[in-house]
Amino acid sequence: MRLARVALIWAALAAAICVPIAAAAMSSLLEWRGPVYILAGFAGIVGLGFLLVQPLLAGGYLPGLSAYRGRRVHHWIGGALVVLVVVHVGGLWITSPPDMIDALLFASPTPFSPFGVIAMWAIFAVALLAAFRRRLGLRTWRIVHMVLAAVIVVGTVVHGMLIEGAMETVSKAALCALVLGAVTKVVVDLVRRMRAAPRGESVARR
Amino acid sequence: MTILVLNRRNLIAAGGSVLATGVSGLLLPVCAQGVAPTPSMSGGSNNYRKGAAVVERIGKGGFWMSGTVRRAGDGAPLAGQRIQIWAHTTEGQEHEPQSHGATLTDKDGKFRLEMPQIIPIFGQPHGHLAYDSGEFKTVFLRPVMRSAKDKSLEAHFVLQPA
Repeated sequence: MRLARVALIWAALAAAICVPIAAAAMSSLLEWRGPVYILAGFAGIVGLGFLLVQPLLAGGYLPGLSAYRGRRVHHWIGGALVVLVVVHVGGLWITSPPDMIDALLFASPTPFSPFGVIAMWAIFAVALLAAFRRRLGLRTWRIVHMVLAAVIVVGTVVHGMLIEGAMETVSKAALCALVLGAVTKVVVDLVRRMRAAPRGESVARR
Repeated sequence: MTILVLNRRNLIAAGGSVLATGVSGLLLPVCAQGVAPTPSMSGGSNNYRKGAAVVERIGKGGFWMSGTVRRAGDGAPLAGQRIQIWAHTTEGQEHEPQSHGATLTDKDGKFRLEMPQIIPIFGQPHGHLAYDSGEFKTVFLRPVMRSAKDKSLEAHFVLQPA
């Protein structure tokens, strides 16, 4: 019974991420795009999928993973997100330099660009701060990471939803809703635990 | 192209502006502003290639780009003006030469050029147009299609002397 539940949770997670990717892979728009542009687009789509895994790992909601293993995977996927963002931005830059420069300078005519650029900087900031998290102290690090994570998720979801691209609308909206739900749940849980624990004491991880 | 939405806020705003212009119009009857020049749109000049040839049609066609060119102030139609058009289409990316072409306005200041179907690129289905012939100030436009399935797109220029 327990095994069935574990398998079901992992299958649902895999479907939530793989269905939008598969739907995007069948988009008719890909026919008119070059390989670099396609790669850049899919780096963004896979990155959105990883944003669903990250809060689930952070909250310890995924069965069959120890807290230690979960945290290690969370770190690795965080690093992968940085790489995906670099591929996404780099590939789009190669495809059309003026459009990418406009976006990075917040001078783009497309309303979704600033949301993506803000999320990008927040991802870089988390990666950088993660390297110094011991010096920041656990409480400060958690608050900073939580705020930046919220910026990343909201920025990415708005960015993705406003784009008319290869992603299929319904599967994209479903994935975005799951990402928002997962991050809300983990933030609410963590805030509750931090409130319960007196200042200065570490919040025990599950 | 513009959708008129009538609600209380719009009516108050419109009423207010009519009052304001009406009153100032009475006070300053000589100052006739007329038709305002079109500003360049942000991102409009991206992937522009200067001097695209005047063509009968870009590629195999199937999609229509049309619009008007008028003079700022009196709004008079401008004939024989060269408008350059480019976009990401089924036949090429925005920067590629075969995606570019130019056409001339007729005696009524209208232009119309057939081109391949525009495909969404960088998150929006859009085209690019340029007036860049020197007599008037250069203007770059970047109209967005309401739907990626649209078979036509319009853009209108009001030019001011350079």
